[in-house]
Amino acid sequence: MSVLAMTGVSRDHGAGATLVHALSGIALTVEAGEFVAVMGPSGSGKSTLLTVAGGLDAPTAGRVEVEGADVWALGRAARSALRRRGVGYVFQDLNLVPGLTAAENVMLPRELDGVRARRARREALAALREVGLDEAADRFPDELSGGQQQRVAIARALVGDRRLVLADEPTGALDSHTGEEIMRLLRGRCDAGAACLMVTHESRHAAWADRVVFLRDGRMTDATGDRPGPESLLRGA
Amino acid sequence: MSIRHGLLALLSQGPRYGYQLRAEFESSTGSTWPLNIGQVYSTLSRLERDALVTRVGADEEGRFVYRITAEGEREVRGWFGTPIARGDRPRDELSIKLAMAVTTPGVDVAQVVQTQRTASLRSLQDLTRLKAAAPALPADQSERAWRLVLESMIFQAEAEVRWLDHCEAFVARGASGAAPRPGDAPPEAPAPADEPAPPAAPKEARR
Repeated sequence: MSVLAMTGVSRDHGAGATLVHALSGIALTVEAGEFVAVMGPSGSGKSTLLTVAGGLDAPTAGRVEVEGADVWALGRAARSALRRRGVGYVFQDLNLVPGLTAAENVMLPRELDGVRARRARREALAALREVGLDEAADRFPDELSGGQQQRVAIARALVGDRRLVLADEPTGALDSHTGEEIMRLLRGRCDAGAACLMVTHESRHAAWADRVVFLRDGRMTDATGDRPGPESLLRGA
Repeated sequence: MSIRHGLLALLSQGPRYGYQLRAEFESSTGSTWPLNIGQVYSTLSRLERDALVTRVGADEEGRFVYRITAEGEREVRGWFGTPIARGDRPRDELSIKLAMAVTTPGVDVAQVVQTQRTASLRSLQDLTRLKAAAPALPADQSERAWRLVLESMIFQAEAEVRWLDHCEAFVARGASGAAPRPGDAPPEAPAPADEPAPPAAPKEARR
């Protein structure tokens, strides 16, 4: 079972003369352990794809399944629960609540889920340890570097048993070295079994993914295919 | 190789004289790759040997007009349809291919760009996989040196993809207004000679 499965997904905005097909006929799956990057010019539908994949926005047509559950066939409460428990989000900015420590930020989605504070904190510390930040657990966001903040956001996206991470330009404001740390981390979380769908305009970051899909005018125009082996480097030599 | 394919791409638009090919090649590639006339004629004579072009006649000064053959047409379409592997690119064949794609009628430039971008991203993925397999900061000096070489290849591949993105946007912007330039048509070649080409190329062509 794919962690994310989108079939025949379209999303229109507006109507009549102002009708825009933000997405058309998208078929995309992300398996457990798979890292998929989405590239395309601005306005190609990348961010819409991510919000539809995460159940934040309803498709005009087609089906979105997260861990086998048809997101838009669920009732509103069940859908919210699936979004909270099944999907983690990492955005370019506006990621962390400034008045909460790193650990409290990571605990937040679990507490909203009704998990007891003590258990939520234990899970948060484990998640922070996985991203190499357990020592910064009690610091506030403004005491952390940009790269550390983004790592906290990734810990929060993966805390609990969530296996789908949706990332929108997660390296946006970071320098190239820190951006690479984030890629290395996402890659590592995928190798450990998470599924990640990431929008980026930087091919150097997209290249960390197993598969890169290209969007243009809301359609998937091409993809690099499944993990090619290193022998492909030798072909041109 | 790109001079060869560049000349074929120009000839696919109609028969041309050697000096004409040189001028058009240079203007198509923004004069970033100057050719001397000798290179043009030696390339033409190899193309003729390989039956990709044929000589169809001469003007009063004895200059030959070259015409692409059906085999040559296939060759040039195949060139446009095949991505260049990073590594066997002696000069920047890619930019020449794009320059020729823009000026050759019937070539889907967006598709040429996308085919190349997918291939470039694949090699970028392969390079990144090599990098990901090693620690973020290798302890060993020689490992670190290799990392820098690897990064250089990664950044070059990235630059290529960014440039392709730019080409795509540029071509898309131009598509609305631009029409084929009139007056660029080649001279209509003299009646094609049906007899086989002379076995030896003239002296001029072997320079």
